[in-house]
Amino acid sequence: MSFEKIYKRIIAIGGVLIIGLLLSIFITLFINSSISIKKFGFSFLINKTWDPVFENFGAFPFIVGTLLTSIISLIISIPFSLSVSLFIGEYYKDTIFSKIFETFIEILAVIPSVVFGLWGLFYLAPIVRNLQIKFSLPPTGVSVFTASLVLSIMIIPYTISVGKEVIKLIPTDLKEAAFSFGATHYEVIKKIILPYAKSGIIAGFLLSFGRAIGETMAVTMVIGNVNTIPRSIFLPGNTIASVIANEFLEAITKIHISALIELALILFVITFILNLIANNIIKKVV
Amino acid sequence: MFKKILLCLNIILLNIAKLYSQTELTGAGASFPYPLYSKMFDEYYKTYKVKVNYQSIGSGGGIRQLKAKTIDFAGSDAILTDEQLKEFDDEILHIPICLGAVVLTYNLDIPEIKFTPEIIADIFLGRITKWNDEKIKKVNQDKNLPDMNITVIRRSDGSGTTFIFTDYLSKVSKEWKEKVGSGTSVNWPVGLGGKGNEGVSGLVKQTPGAIGYVELTYALQNNLLFGLVKNKAGNFIKPSVESITEASNVKLPKDMRITITDTENKKGYPISAFTYILVYKNLGKANERMTYEKAKDLANLLWWMIHEGQKFARPLHYAPLGKSAVENAENLLKKLHFNGKILIQ
Repeated sequence: MSFEKIYKRIIAIGGVLIIGLLLSIFITLFINSSISIKKFGFSFLINKTWDPVFENFGAFPFIVGTLLTSIISLIISIPFSLSVSLFIGEYYKDTIFSKIFETFIEILAVIPSVVFGLWGLFYLAPIVRNLQIKFSLPPTGVSVFTASLVLSIMIIPYTISVGKEVIKLIPTDLKEAAFSFGATHYEVIKKIILPYAKSGIIAGFLLSFGRAIGETMAVTMVIGNVNTIPRSIFLPGNTIASVIANEFLEAITKIHISALIELALILFVITFILNLIANNIIKKVV
Repeated sequence: MFKKILLCLNIILLNIAKLYSQTELTGAGASFPYPLYSKMFDEYYKTYKVKVNYQSIGSGGGIRQLKAKTIDFAGSDAILTDEQLKEFDDEILHIPICLGAVVLTYNLDIPEIKFTPEIIADIFLGRITKWNDEKIKKVNQDKNLPDMNITVIRRSDGSGTTFIFTDYLSKVSKEWKEKVGSGTSVNWPVGLGGKGNEGVSGLVKQTPGAIGYVELTYALQNNLLFGLVKNKAGNFIKPSVESITEASNVKLPKDMRITITDTENKKGYPISAFTYILVYKNLGKANERMTYEKAKDLANLLWWMIHEGQKFARPLHYAPLGKSAVENAENLLKKLHFNGKILIQ
């Protein structure tokens, strides 16, 4: 067999393995959650109670909490990550100033999530509490909003690192052509850079959205871990990943373990669906 | 010169051989007694050269691994129910090692607030919401309780601490038993969840008027304020190593499967509990790697832990076993065997 053929085959095997891995994770989750699926059926998705003692399990509050925190954190992070990407990739491209900036952002990306969680609990929560007092809400400090704030700071570096690279890649002749027509810097960004880099920037957002959905430690420290549907984003709630991490180690009864694994299955499906939607959006936009 | 090198080599090789011939026991489970266990195992290794590897992965994880036969013993804060015991393919023994307690910590500048079982249940059911509630005032007449909201803080992660606390509440309040029940994770009627002792105490510290529950060892190490609790005999008891040991000085069943919360002892602190090591009664069934020598080592280790090992408890704020608990544990250990061969005479 020629080298080419072997090389091709190795790549093919690698690809199949990855798909196989994904499928086997799905199957494992499905099999291990069968007790809970059989017992609760569809009502697991809409039931609002989570009671390990009386073995009544429902995922609805956690699904709401997961989507709320990740969507809010994405919305908070967009203006910041977009402007920093432009700052590094366009305005101060390849200067010492932007190099320093980039290093700091990379450091932000490697801070362990538990550190973010503790920082959120001891520094951010009191600030949120003051806000809550101002709006005469229960002064809990920890809330869906606090968790979203911490998450947005955690995902900003991911969006920036993708965004700035795409912006840097834009051909200079395009920009120079626009400038030669008398376009201002703002007009170049609006008419050339953003449309050109759109798909890359959106891909960056999706990457960070995926991270926000699955984040566990930081969220569990600041969300308040209340297993009810939050009536306001300034009230405590809970997310799927956080419940699993909290309860799995000490879960003893079969049905409890099975229900927790079904939560994991739901998280898996949610990320899968979101990715499909996202891919379609990218195709339409680009 | 050559001889010296040879001698050195010899010593190194001998040591390596010794290292490999040493038995190593593996256990996993409860994180609550972990600091004490690591101290005990370290001391035991120094004297008897038996290495013990214990991973604090939580009681539930330890029980699961014991069932899956991947470890030699499990640590657990909770006793197994009859139903759970049926899932094992052989008899399991509960060996008590020490005692711990759960204390109520709060964010008010008043030391030693007194709590009755009724007050605690009402606070955690969300019925008492102010610190100057008549019920609290009645037993704390010497104190100036503020007109402040009570924020309930509890554990969000499944834990033995929660099991002890909810087990106590289920015993003292019928309503709690029917509405919430006891377990490592429960469906809390009110309150915010913090992860771990540090999560709970962190939230309590920064929320004025908050109340939460943590392990006594954690509260003492971190100088937290904690309350007195009225026991069954009607005395307000300050949680301490002594009052916890007292709590266990009651009539104990032979298999030691008992929760001593709401103790009948007059001097006992009512939210106390044993922490156990769970082993197969026939250690030959524990796992495939278990040998007679290893089983003997494990039995000796457990014997040492309930006798000489007890002196390491107090400095780490754990309560040593009372006399009757030690006697019961001795009788249990004498039943340990390896495929029929008794391990402790």
